[in-house]
Amino acid sequence: MNKLTSIFIGFLLVIGFTTSSYSRDQIKIVGSSTVYPYATVVAEKFGKSGKFKTPVIESTGTGGGMKLFCAGVGANHPDITNASRAIKPKEKTLCEKNGVSEIIEIVVGNDGISFAHAVSAPDADFTKEQLWRALAAKVDVDGKLVENPYKKWSDIDASLPNKKIEILVAPPTSGTRDAWNSLVMVKGCTKTAKSLFGDKAKKECAKIREDGYAVEAGENDTLIVQKLTSNPDAFGFFGYSYLVANKDKVKASSVEGVQPSLEGIQDYSYPIARPLFFYVKKAHIGVIPGIQEFLKEFTSKKAMSNRGYLAKIGLVPLASEEYQITRTAALDLNTISIK
Amino acid sequence: MTKEQRLKKRHNAEKRFRFYGLASIFFALLFVLILVHNIFSKGSSAFMKTAINVEVFYDKDLLELEPGSSEEEILEADFFDITIESLLKVYPAKNMDEEDALIELFTTDAEIEIKKAFLNNKNLIGKKINLEITASDDIDQLHKGNYPRDLPEDRRRISNFQLEIYDVLVESKTITKNFNNYFFKNGDSRDPEIAGIGGALVGSFYSILICLLLAFPVAVLASIYLEEFAPKNKITDFIEININNLAAVPSIVYGLLALQILLATIQLPRSTPLVAGITLALMTLPRIIIPCRASLKAVPPSIREGALAVGASKFQSVFHHVVPLALPGTLSGTIIGLAQALGETAPLILIGMVAFVVDIPSTPIDPSSSLPVQVYLWSESAERGFVEKTSATIMMLLSFLIVMNFLAVYLRQKFEKRWN
Repeated sequence: MNKLTSIFIGFLLVIGFTTSSYSRDQIKIVGSSTVYPYATVVAEKFGKSGKFKTPVIESTGTGGGMKLFCAGVGANHPDITNASRAIKPKEKTLCEKNGVSEIIEIVVGNDGISFAHAVSAPDADFTKEQLWRALAAKVDVDGKLVENPYKKWSDIDASLPNKKIEILVAPPTSGTRDAWNSLVMVKGCTKTAKSLFGDKAKKECAKIREDGYAVEAGENDTLIVQKLTSNPDAFGFFGYSYLVANKDKVKASSVEGVQPSLEGIQDYSYPIARPLFFYVKKAHIGVIPGIQEFLKEFTSKKAMSNRGYLAKIGLVPLASEEYQITRTAALDLNTISIK
Repeated sequence: MTKEQRLKKRHNAEKRFRFYGLASIFFALLFVLILVHNIFSKGSSAFMKTAINVEVFYDKDLLELEPGSSEEEILEADFFDITIESLLKVYPAKNMDEEDALIELFTTDAEIEIKKAFLNNKNLIGKKINLEITASDDIDQLHKGNYPRDLPEDRRRISNFQLEIYDVLVESKTITKNFNNYFFKNGDSRDPEIAGIGGALVGSFYSILICLLLAFPVAVLASIYLEEFAPKNKITDFIEININNLAAVPSIVYGLLALQILLATIQLPRSTPLVAGITLALMTLPRIIIPCRASLKAVPPSIREGALAVGASKFQSVFHHVVPLALPGTLSGTIIGLAQALGETAPLILIGMVAFVVDIPSTPIDPSSSLPVQVYLWSESAERGFVEKTSATIMMLLSFLIVMNFLAVYLRQKFEKRWN
């Protein structure tokens, strides 16, 4: 009996001891699930190069990542957070409040959201307004706001196919949905509808219908691809990398007449493109080993350029001027203003 | 109604009931079969990996190594040149693009594999040797028949030129299928062909070990006290009800609790088996206490009374007679509780185990993932090679659960005493 108790107490002591002297020699990264596939590839290469341990990357979503990142300085807080959108003023305030006053912003590259369907379905082309009309909770018909009445694509525009509207949408927590809302739902929203919505136009335009024509499909993009394959009438949207990896199963429909392509997303002629970021805590550089080297690897030509290994898995590289800015920020550790 | 009619009616009722029972068992088995078939048909191919036989020449000049170089010098040496040279010998490529396409047939780790072979046998310098270099996941999937080749070229991940090489390799039998040792040995990777569950296995092992060390003694002592020593009154009734309630609390709640207390307040390191083990222990405690108490209750009072009658103290009667008899039930309850903890994902997501961890953890305070979390992570990955890896990991997880549950049944049947 005494043995058992002493083992137990010893065990608790060990826990207490190891954690009180806890320091980290491994970079810790949190944040967006869209940036996750790229960051992990860089991390793996970085770890294999030998000098440092492979960074640990947790996929928490952009918002969750910011919360962890801004929680404070010290080994218990992450060094880097990935983001599929720029840091919000609210998050900057949180960071400053917790002593995270110096942040380096790195633009990783661009991502285009592809609006895709099964390969077996006929090609399609939509305008942003048509997409908004198909998805919005409320639309304007003859100058009046009504609950979305469209059941078939051809109800929106006679040139569209005579098929039931069926769209798989990402859940509200995902960065892809955020980007979709701001790039398609708000931009596609008609002027009449905006003026009818009044002050809350942005929020109201982005509201997605809940009458069964738009189906929430969960964060799992692989699952969306599977669902699209089995149902050629359904559409769904996800990051460009999933299109590249699954091009034998799904294809993208054009938006405003443009197919998503590397060049189109790079120069933003494809209308649903967005930059991807990560943010680095400057206070951790020099404390946690390897951060500076990791930045160098991430922003190196062999990773980020047009023929780099990130481009192969679907990241759309930056145009050359923007690349120079990012590279300089990574080498000189330029911080952004957080006021 | 005559007597015979009534009898027939009663017999028919029984026949119908038997049929319903059989039908429900049949349906239950059918669903299990569909599930197992689905997982096995997708996952079984992950235990094999495709490799291409390549002749490697360890050129002294390209490596800048002398016979008898030290381990460190070899580790420092650049194997890139001889890797490219060896891989290009597989098929004649006419220009840079074709060379790139040829090199893409192999895993990104080809250089490391060539280096490892050399480290194992340092006499190879200046010699030629045939090595099985792992193929890239695209070729792997193609070779296993999981990737279609009858599509137009721009819809395929594999170009016509690569297909041409592949066909030649198949013809000359230089492409082979071997046992996939990487799947068990390696940590996570973004390249499906070299990704493995090694890290997740170690992470799960540590988590369950810590869970066992914490939950088992506490649960056993708590149930012995409650069952044998505690007075039966309203307070103990209240505790009993709450233990039953806790056993039914959804596991994610324990995750939230751990996030608040273990991570935010005590500041234990995130994503570690230590935190996972403590969280799972909290969750498993009530689930072990309940079967422990049941097995203590099942020991007949005559045993206790007999011990007391020959002069044993209450403590002696409990620990010398009751507990040993209740042990089989206690152990099987514990194992079933641990089996549940092994398959638990939700609380681990909250404490940061859903992380990309390449290095295999060496202590419980290194970041790590666990088996169910690995399933979750891979099911979200875009690369085709992860589909079979996901199912194969589920197979591993299922087999662990089956082994544990069998062990629980075995222990109970082998050692349990029946009281008539």
